Parts: sequence; structure tokens; C-alpha cells
Amino acid sequence: MSYLVDIFLIALSAALINNFIFYYFVGICPFLGVSRRVEMAFGMGCAVTFVITIAAAIAWGMTRFVLMPGAPLAQWVAGWFVDPETAKAVDLSILSYIVYIFAIAASVQFVEMYLRKYFPLLYRSFGVFLPLITTNCAILFACLTIMSQVAGVDDPAARWDLGRSLTMAAFGGLGFTLAIVIMAGIREELDACDVPAPFRGAPIALVVGGILAMAFMGFTGVDSGIKTALTRPAAMGVQAVSPPPAPVVATPAAEPGKQGAAK
Amino acid sequence: MNGGPTASQRFFLGILPENPVYRQMLGMCSTLAVTNNIQAAVTMAAAVLFVLVCANLIISLIRHWLTPYLRIVIFTLTIATFVTVADRALAAFVYPMSKMLGPYIPLIIVNCIIICRCEVCAAKQGPITAVADAAGQSLGFGLALVSLAAVRELLGSGMWFGSRVLPEAWPDWVIMVLPPGAFLTFGLLMGLVNWFTARRAGKEGA
Repeated sequence: MSYLVDIFLIALSAALINNFIFYYFVGICPFLGVSRRVEMAFGMGCAVTFVITIAAAIAWGMTRFVLMPGAPLAQWVAGWFVDPETAKAVDLSILSYIVYIFAIAASVQFVEMYLRKYFPLLYRSFGVFLPLITTNCAILFACLTIMSQVAGVDDPAARWDLGRSLTMAAFGGLGFTLAIVIMAGIREELDACDVPAPFRGAPIALVVGGILAMAFMGFTGVDSGIKTALTRPAAMGVQAVSPPPAPVVATPAAEPGKQGAAK
Repeated sequence: MNGGPTASQRFFLGILPENPVYRQMLGMCSTLAVTNNIQAAVTMAAAVLFVLVCANLIISLIRHWLTPYLRIVIFTLTIATFVTVADRALAAFVYPMSKMLGPYIPLIIVNCIIICRCEVCAAKQGPITAVADAAGQSLGFGLALVSLAAVRELLGSGMWFGSRVLPEAWPDWVIMVLPPGAFLTFGLLMGLVNWFTARRAGKEGA
């Protein structure tokens, strides 16, 4: 029960409340670049969702077994060269950025090859988007979130498992698709509007994005409300209430990048 | 690779005429995410300056050994190395700021500005030109970030650099420091820049 609630909240939070684009501003480049036509936007969204899930699985495995302090695989390898006590202190988390970016680049490359061989139709519809995804911030951001939830958590019970990580990534990708498709729909209509000359193109798209972000702000706090509603019976008993996923933010002031804004 | 702008020209090109944010629309993630107060914006710009200068220098030094297929991978790994250095340094010396910027420092790795400068300039030019270009582009980036942050912090919390500038009676427009404010401010500022550019071009043409 508690686990399912957790998964549900992570999914809701990643897709809507803390939407990758409107809350974390990751993946803005494709959001502005390929949001002119709905079909293109949908293709890009699908490609991102696809790659982000694969990259998240790799990132979770690497973090859990190799990179985090006291990771089993790293300890085992280090145990060959130094005594077990020293091997326990091995901490490869400094390598994590390089490993993630390499994992993303590699998974994009493999996905591209695999699709070209076995699903040529899908490959053609993804087209140029696949190589572009390597430099999409959303993917790296998902990996970093997973890292902070796996390596940055002291309590082993609260540590994200593969299921939670994949949920976060896949629904984050869905939220990205949703945002970019909405944006494309609006921009198709915008072509017919008389926009003042200096605002044509990107500036008006950004303003529209701002209004959409305001709409998405309406979801703020929904997760904590649902969480209270769902866990109330359980919280009476001894069952431990799973700690809230860190990206969930009840008040805007608690967001990591926004503390200076707290008033 | 003769011709093209010289080192000093490249430096000044980066600041305004080819400003990475307002003109080339690169590096949008960090631009929008860290500009809710000026201090964060300045830190971010400094981190980008460090990473871009180092990456451009290294890429420019090894440019003769780059093979076309592995080029992007080499760029990315070089950048990732320097971002790790910057990230660890920030965490060591200004921990609260590092906490505040959170994932946006590592996200410099996928900041299009840096890869773009490596590709366009450093892979083809000598080290001095590359460093000048990097410095110019990062200063342009910093300028854009600070301009955005100044508007947002002033309207959103009535403060600059964390101290009160506007009178107490100012009703803080909290929306400006929240995510929507970033989009709105950036869109409006970019429109303003376009307007000024168009007006100046019109005057020169007349």
C-alpha cells in the first residue's frame, strides 16, 4: 500500500506538479526549438520518454552498484587491490557526472542503432531527434535526481529502488511530452496571430510558456493533499509512512533553487 | 583557418552582438532556472566561465587529434571533467550556494553554449583565440543572467543581492521569482532587446 502510494505520488509529481519544463526548466531547448508542429513535438516527446527511461535504468544501476559510497561492485573490485577495510571507504561518486553523460550518449547511440535495424518505421519518425537528445538536459536531470535519491539518502529504506526511479523517469518524460505538445498546439494557432514584430518567434513563445507555467502551478500541493488522504489510515498504525520523494515541493519556497526568493 | 574574427573581435562579439542567450538562444535551462536572485546568477555565470574557458583551451590544444566521429564525445567528456571540478569547488567553498543551485551546476555539462563554442571555435582555432572567445561568450552569458536576475529579484522580492532596495510598501510580485516569472521576464526582455536592435538598425539604415 505504502509503496504503491509512493509510486503514484512520484508519478504524479514528475508528470504534473514538478513538470520538467515548467518547474525545473530542463529541456527548454527542444521545447522552443521543435514545438512548431504537433506531430514533431509528439515525436520528440516520445523519443525523450524512451531514452530517459533507458538512461534512468542505467543511471540507477550504476549509482546503486558502482558509484555511491559503499557500492557493492566498487567494493568488490577494490577488495582485490587493497584490504577489505580500506575498500569499504571507496567512493566513486566524483565520477558520476562523467559516467552519466557517457551512459546517456551510449544509450542514445544504441537506441538509434537498434531502432534502425529492427523498427525502421519508428526510426524514421524519430528522425533527427534521437542524436539531439544526448544534449537534452532533461535526461541528465533525471539521472541526477536518481543519484540524489539513491546516493544522497542515508536511510536504506527510503532509498529509491529501480521501480521508483523508472516511474520518475517515464512519467517525467510523459510530462515533458504533454508540455511540448500543448505548446506546439498553441504555437500552431499563434502563427495566425498578429504578434508585434520584436516578439515574433521565441519571445512570444516564452511568454506563452510563462502563462502555461502559471497554469501548471495550480497543481502545487496536490501531492501532499493526496498523500495525507491516502496514508491517513495507515499512519495510525505502526506502518512507517514512507518519506516524501524529495522533488515534491509543497511550498514554492522549499524548492532548492528558490530559497533566496523566500519571503 | 585564416580570416574570420580575431581574438579580440571574438571576445566582444560574444558579449553583445552574438550574445549566447538573447541572440543565439543557447543555454536556456540555467538561464531560466537560476535567475531568481542575482547572487545565484553570478555564481552560475562564474561556473560557466571557468568550464567554458578550460574546455575551450583543452579542445583547442588537442584540435589536431580530434577525429570527426569521436569529436562530440571528447567535447562532452572534457566538459564533464571540468564541471565536476567546478561542482566540487563550489561545494567546498560556498556550500549554501552549491545547495541552492543544486542540479543546475552539473547540468552545465549539457549546456549548449559550451558544446557550441567547442564545435564552432575551439576545434578550429588556436588557444588564444579560443580562450578569448570563451571569455567573451561567458561574459555575455553572465550579462544576460544578471539582467534577468536583476529584474526578477527586484520585482519579486524588492531586493538586490539580498538587501532591500524597494520601499517596504512594495507588494512583492512573488510570481516573478517563481517559475512562470522566469518565462515571462525572459520573453519580455528578449522582445525588448529585439526592439532596440531593430530600432538601431533602422536608424543606421536611414
